[in-house]
Amino acid sequence: MNALARHRYHRAAPVVLVLLLLAIIAGVAAAVSTASSADAATTATADDVTQGQKLFAANCASCHGLDAQGTTGVAPSLVGVGAAAVDFQVGTGRMPMQASGPQAIAKRPQFTQDQINQLAAYVASLGAGPAIPTAEQVDPALGDPAKGMELFRTNCAMCHGSIGGGGALTQGKYAPNLWETTPTHIFEAMLTGPQSMPVFNNANIDPEGKRDIIAYLKAQDQGSPGGLRLGSIGPVAEGMWGWLVALGLIIASTVWIGARSS
Amino acid sequence: MSTTENPTSHESADNAPESFQDPGLPYHRPRRADVDPKADKKAERQVAALFGLSILGTIIAIVSYMTLKMDGQIESIRFTNMAIGFGIFLAMIGIGLGAIHWAKTLMRDHEMVEERHELRSSDEAREGAIQNLKDGAEDSGIGGVKRRPLLVGSLVTAMLAAPLALLWPQIGNMGANWNTGEFAHTMWRKGMRLTRDPEGTPIKASDVTIGSAFHVIPEGLNDLEHGKLEEKAKAVVLLLRLDPRDLNLQPGREDWSFDGIIAFSKICTHVGCPVALYEQQTHHLLCPCHQSTFDVANGAKVVFGPAKRPLPQLPIAVDDEGYIVAQSDFHEPIGPSYWSRLKHTSDGLSSDETDGSSH
Amino acid sequence: MGARLDSAAAGTANYVDERTSIGGFFKFFARKLFPDHWSFMLGEIALYSFIVLLLSGVFLTAFFVPSMTEVTYDGPLATMQGVEMSEAFASTLHMSFEVPGGLLMRQIHHWSALLFTAAIVTHMARVFFTGAFRKPRELNWLVGFTLMILSLAAGFSGYSLPDDVLSGNGLRIIEGVTRSIPIVGEYISYWIFGGQFPGEILIPRLFTMHILLVPGLILVLVALHLFLVFLHKHTQYPGGGRTHKNVVGLPLFPVYTAKAGGFFFVVFGIVALVAALFTINPVWNYGPYDPSPVSAGTQPDWYILFVDGALRLMPGWLFDVIPMEWELWGYTLSLNLLIPALIMPGLFFGFVALYPWIESWATGDRGEKHVLDRPRNAPVRTGIGVALITFYVILVMEGSNDIIANLFHLSLNDLTKFFRIGIFVIPALAFWITRRICFGLQRKDRELVLHGKETGRIVRHEHGEYVEVHEPLTDQERWMLVSYEDIAPLEIEPEYNDRGVRRKGYRWDRFKQRLSRIYFEKRISPVTPEELAEAQHAHH
Repeated sequence: MNALARHRYHRAAPVVLVLLLLAIIAGVAAAVSTASSADAATTATADDVTQGQKLFAANCASCHGLDAQGTTGVAPSLVGVGAAAVDFQVGTGRMPMQASGPQAIAKRPQFTQDQINQLAAYVASLGAGPAIPTAEQVDPALGDPAKGMELFRTNCAMCHGSIGGGGALTQGKYAPNLWETTPTHIFEAMLTGPQSMPVFNNANIDPEGKRDIIAYLKAQDQGSPGGLRLGSIGPVAEGMWGWLVALGLIIASTVWIGARSS
Repeated sequence: MSTTENPTSHESADNAPESFQDPGLPYHRPRRADVDPKADKKAERQVAALFGLSILGTIIAIVSYMTLKMDGQIESIRFTNMAIGFGIFLAMIGIGLGAIHWAKTLMRDHEMVEERHELRSSDEAREGAIQNLKDGAEDSGIGGVKRRPLLVGSLVTAMLAAPLALLWPQIGNMGANWNTGEFAHTMWRKGMRLTRDPEGTPIKASDVTIGSAFHVIPEGLNDLEHGKLEEKAKAVVLLLRLDPRDLNLQPGREDWSFDGIIAFSKICTHVGCPVALYEQQTHHLLCPCHQSTFDVANGAKVVFGPAKRPLPQLPIAVDDEGYIVAQSDFHEPIGPSYWSRLKHTSDGLSSDETDGSSH
Repeated sequence: MGARLDSAAAGTANYVDERTSIGGFFKFFARKLFPDHWSFMLGEIALYSFIVLLLSGVFLTAFFVPSMTEVTYDGPLATMQGVEMSEAFASTLHMSFEVPGGLLMRQIHHWSALLFTAAIVTHMARVFFTGAFRKPRELNWLVGFTLMILSLAAGFSGYSLPDDVLSGNGLRIIEGVTRSIPIVGEYISYWIFGGQFPGEILIPRLFTMHILLVPGLILVLVALHLFLVFLHKHTQYPGGGRTHKNVVGLPLFPVYTAKAGGFFFVVFGIVALVAALFTINPVWNYGPYDPSPVSAGTQPDWYILFVDGALRLMPGWLFDVIPMEWELWGYTLSLNLLIPALIMPGLFFGFVALYPWIESWATGDRGEKHVLDRPRNAPVRTGIGVALITFYVILVMEGSNDIIANLFHLSLNDLTKFFRIGIFVIPALAFWITRRICFGLQRKDRELVLHGKETGRIVRHEHGEYVEVHEPLTDQERWMLVSYEDIAPLEIEPEYNDRGVRRKGYRWDRFKQRLSRIYFEKRISPVTPEELAEAQHAHH
């Protein structure tokens, strides 16, 4: 949510709004046709594509190649990954990748949202792929959190934890915490299956289902009725707190009880 | 290192150069409240204040209960929870700290000494006990001169047998039908569609794009009147699509998958957790419970962790309408190993020869 | 007023006493002495959290419905609207979200369950490290050990009651482990679950076990445990005037009535505070049980975590070539389940349960022991204790390896590989280091007795030498450091007597002697008065 708030007052805000409006129109079209992908290039001007190509050549081409065909063993081809993949990878700061590790990590984005949109427009122009979702598609208020709970725990909770707190994968990889992730990025991640994550295309979890999942995750913003969450990572954290805080406080009091009064 | 005698034994301690003398109880140092009436008064006020705090806590808890309304919103529940909890905390801790402070500062703290006695009963008592038992045994014929072995023997037998009258029906009824062969079969049949978990909608082969992971239940599972969870516990499947070039089909299973689409039982062969963490880049499936890792590209064989066997594969095909269907039930019992698993496996295979549709 | 109250009290007392002769009881108990030390209150934490469990548990039974019948949720929780769930889960949500104070009681109950088990373990560690299990308390150690096992049963059965995804997967693991038992496993599983997993009868069965059977047994054994504590009189730490034949302390009434009674309220208060502030077991996050989903961080409560860790640690293929699941004559032996989940806990708990006898074989001492050991004065026992704890902690850490991996950006595979070797190496290392530390502390004690305390004051002697002034210990301080038993390894009679006949029971004696040598071959004896005199002579 904070990330959203930051973007709202960004100097690029008008551009983003216009683009979003255009995206809504495209989104409606996409919803009517059951096709899982819409060409984001339809919402972007030729100028965007040109700008995006420049940005790409300067920032991405060293790994992905000048024509975005990828480099074997270094970076995948980006032809057909769609605008959604670019918006997710660059918008969450995972790309450009700075250091090689088990997986690309989210960090502060290096580009403004309109630059990201230009990049996305360029990549989308290379081959049809999933588009950036519309504001309506990702609006948690329109989703059903209970339906989202069922979908989330069947498809997502095994990696991201029961309410999206995150979890470990093999060999140092991990499924990130989702509490600070924007609804758009959540949607895009499902659609494109970044890195280790499987793809949940619109035939697997339909766009309404994805929005339900977003609604479920955003329902977690209210916090836990029981008080502090202790990370929502389950009984290990509870056990630690039981020993360190509850037993710790009580043993401290036994020391006081056992000590002689002055 | 020299061996010394037990220094705490007193018998030889007097004037014995080889062990130190117990100096006796340390000098009792008086507390401030013992010598200073002002400190005494102050401590008394502190104790009373702590008890007062407890009363305040009780009031907070009751008032919170009566005034705070839970409207179903998380916020209101959390606040009620905290307010009542904080009240109980004060109500309890006030009494506790007050009583302990009272004991520590105002009650006499001269240590006293009590002698211990050996726990062993006196010889006299022991002899008496033995005599009594002997007399009893003699009187009853359990022991002594006039034994009645027939009575003892038949009583012991009857006593050992009697609990069976209770336990036999008890244990017998608790295991339902005792047909453990049920482990070996799931509800998958030839031609049954694979459907999405939890909605139960069928899946077209074209829906499953490369890198996808579908969580699957058998068609019609949601309509079961009875045993829905039991069947689901055995029948859940993970449906994945890999680039066919990455997929090494196992010998004898060349036609069990369709153009890179492959289905495995979701129940871990280690101890039965759902194996659900699919990493699409490495094609590894990880069980979150004990981290057995299976390589989907190579027949789901174990690459790490405590499982020994690969995940059972569900043979699939595509029907005329393009939907993914099962070719048969699994060819082996799903889930963790157990004693007669191989026996059930051969049962499973024989029923499979009749297409698995004879059930 | 006061006089009237007094006479009323006397009247009541007379009435009761004439019917119960309770006067003798009060005469005996009221001024019974208890030694004062903070570590003697650890067992009380367990007792008091058990009472808190009973009190909060009664509240919960008023709302919990132990049934696996499917219902559709229609309460206030948005994320559960219209979801199918068992009545057990629905009633748990109802008491959490609609009953004021209900969630608090659930959290008090669950936090005190964690505290109960944690306090039992801490109390056992205190008893172990101070040697309080020695004669005549071996049987009470066994009673306490049984209580520990029962606390695990109580905890696990309660953890499973809400019928959520997390505990349901735990039950599924129990089912898998049960099935792995050779020959009878499948039938035991059918017996527990009333047929196939999950069945429809388990929650009611667990409920009865959780609220009647296990707490009933705990109550009986707690009574026996406390009765034996009264019978044996409490142990005491070494110090002036404290011997194996007396007990030095303050009277039950009023001092311990106030201290121990007050302590109950402190424990209750702290549990209430923790329950007010910290969420525990948020079942509304996990959702109702369904065999398909599972979430990251699927772990049991901490007291079962070591078994889960062992299950994770055990490789399915030893060195990638030797299968740990054997198929013999058409039957399957799942060593990858049996070893970590049944054999390992069996050996671990068996060793802990039998430890008092193991040590008494090594000492060969038949006397009653009422003065406790300072841990340093029993280096091998202390080493064994630390090794056991290390072993346990490694398993707990392996059971949390995904959480640790995620927190510190490590690979859980690397952690598992490390612990697979560590489980053998680290406890042995811990034993060795601990024993050395104990010897070091004992040597330091000897130094203190022989040369006194350093004062930090430097004086110059007439002939120009600078020396630090050492202040001799007081009698009380010295007694604390020298009053421990110096036990020599067991001497046994020879194997053959004069006539060359082999003695019966020689092998057993030899076993005990070997054990004894492990314990006492290397030891540091306390300072004798003679040594002290020599040391003082050398100084002056």
